[in-house]
Amino acid sequence: MLKIILRRFLIAIPQLVGISLMTFALIQLTPGNFFDTLKLDPQISPQTIERYEKMYHLNEPWVNQYWAWLKNLFQGDLGYSFFYKVQVSSIIGSRLFNTFILALASFLLTWFVAIPLGIWAAVHRNRFIDRLIQLFSYIALSTPSFFLGMILLFVFSQIGGLPLGGMHSPDYEDLSWGGKVFDLLKHLLIPTLAISVGSIGALQRIMRGNMLEVLRHQYILAARAKGLPEHRVIYHHALRNAINPLITLLGYEFSGLLSGAALVEIICSWPGLGSLMLTAVRSKDLYLVMASMMMGGILFLIGNLIADILLVIADPRIRYD
Amino acid sequence: MTKVEKPLSQFQIALQGFRRNRMAMACFWILVFFYLGAIFADFLSPYSFEMEDRDYSYCPPTKIHIFDEHGKFVWPYVFAMNLTFDDFHRRVYHEDSEKKYPLKFLMKAEKYRFLGVIPSQHHLWGVDSPGRIYLLGGDSRGRDLFSRILHGARISLSIGLIGVIISFSLGLIIGGIAGFYGGKIDEILMRVCEMIMMVPGFYLLLALRAAVPDNFNSVQVYFSIILILSFIGWAGLARIIRGMCLSLRTRDYVLAAKAMGLSDFQIIIKHILPHTLSYSIIAIMLSIPGYILGESGLSLLGLGIVDPYASWGNMLSEAMSIVHIRFAPWILWPGFLILVTVMCFNIIGDALRDCLDPKWKGAKE
Repeated sequence: MLKIILRRFLIAIPQLVGISLMTFALIQLTPGNFFDTLKLDPQISPQTIERYEKMYHLNEPWVNQYWAWLKNLFQGDLGYSFFYKVQVSSIIGSRLFNTFILALASFLLTWFVAIPLGIWAAVHRNRFIDRLIQLFSYIALSTPSFFLGMILLFVFSQIGGLPLGGMHSPDYEDLSWGGKVFDLLKHLLIPTLAISVGSIGALQRIMRGNMLEVLRHQYILAARAKGLPEHRVIYHHALRNAINPLITLLGYEFSGLLSGAALVEIICSWPGLGSLMLTAVRSKDLYLVMASMMMGGILFLIGNLIADILLVIADPRIRYD
Repeated sequence: MTKVEKPLSQFQIALQGFRRNRMAMACFWILVFFYLGAIFADFLSPYSFEMEDRDYSYCPPTKIHIFDEHGKFVWPYVFAMNLTFDDFHRRVYHEDSEKKYPLKFLMKAEKYRFLGVIPSQHHLWGVDSPGRIYLLGGDSRGRDLFSRILHGARISLSIGLIGVIISFSLGLIIGGIAGFYGGKIDEILMRVCEMIMMVPGFYLLLALRAAVPDNFNSVQVYFSIILILSFIGWAGLARIIRGMCLSLRTRDYVLAAKAMGLSDFQIIIKHILPHTLSYSIIAIMLSIPGYILGESGLSLLGLGIVDPYASWGNMLSEAMSIVHIRFAPWILWPGFLILVTVMCFNIIGDALRDCLDPKWKGAKE
């Protein structure tokens, strides 16, 4: 187990470096950078500029700059955000955490709704309820998350009851511990729904397909023939085999959620990594872009890793050593 | 002499199966309808995409009257609208019932070039100025939403098609090479694919967008968006094609082709890639929505097609503010059209999978 984790990380490091190199090159090779605007900004003293020029080798060719960035990275320095005028590391942590909460909530909602729904649809195959679920799945998985977010915001602006956008209420700091959690959940609801509905549609269809595939096998017939109750056949014999292919998907699913979350974050003004990335890209804030990209890649890695571990737990036939 | 029926080819059988799927056929015709609308946008829309009338900002959809004030059935007409503000400084529109503007067909209005070539002045329908017919209402600058949707369809619907062609050519060739040669080449190419797939798509999209110079004009931005989307899209396909090629390259007919002295490139193009065709067609259909959504996402954030040019994404950017949705819900129309388009491509893709992929049939039932 430890070996597979280690191996994954070892493969991932050159890939992360590759991504960063590509991003860096692309941004630095295009004319016009944050530094030009920085020099015009009276809020930043020439001394500061000089210091950063020296620190990040900004007046040298981009390869040297990249090298400096990489060296600083391994010393735990993510660079300076020229837009927020603070160290990148001081903003990215909380943003990463916010995005993680949102992605996790959407992820849990998706899986806890889609899997039972898929099983149910498969068991009631071709009946009215199945057809209905399939129809709604089609609509759900074709609805762009940003559009759903807009519609949800519109609906709740009419009926009220939920905060529209943001992450905390203004009086968040004064709330009790439980109140804080409740406040957070209230703010989470709209973005989570906007992200999850589409994924529920997609995942439900995959689950249904897998389940139907498994239900045709002979051991299911055997289980039924020996008189096992139907729920035992479904949940004990069929489900465990039907769910395995989904766990492999889990890692990519998580990355997809991050991607879908980015737009929804911006629309629901959720202070996450996606909206940070947008600000960074808009202002050509190089080190902030780089850090956001790296974090995105790392979150994806973690998602895949969890998928690998879960797969071993779910399927005893799989051994990594 | 009895007539011998010609046996159907594999492709014809698949086509028959597709035709029998009523849902997919309906979607097919909806898409044909959309694309025709985009091609003939100039002619079908009463106004151009940049015609603006500030007095009609967020004007509600124009009412078309078919009964006159006496309740008599007459030729359809509309009234001009008067803009006033209420106590809360909200826009209120009243019909100005003094003058009727009858609906006209094939009327002469703004000049344009039909299909981009033939100069013309005829629009299918419209009303005389200063009357306005805004079938779906107006946007913030008082432009006709309906006309902009038709013009926007040109961008939003074409990006998917062009993008998919580029990324599939890339994916097919790179996947083919990786799968055919195997070994080191395969290893390197696949690591590169994984690299691209590793970063959440939208982050990569934003980072690549950051590399596009600000001084690009809208045509250049349009093509750079297509290139960016294709760059992100090829990796997933290349991986799957590569998997198929790995198993295909040991087949006897490939060995035979090798023995006959065909070059590697010829073998890949003529003997290996055609076997991935049915998969590719399905994947093309199912990946077009990704391009449409990618463009809408970028334009929504103001990083794609920008005003005055219309695309469904940038039209929707007005809906980013709740206030605007509340008082002018019709600005959500482009979103519904994106939804319908994406759904049609999904349904057609699934239907194609049902009839092109014999292995899938079992799984369905």
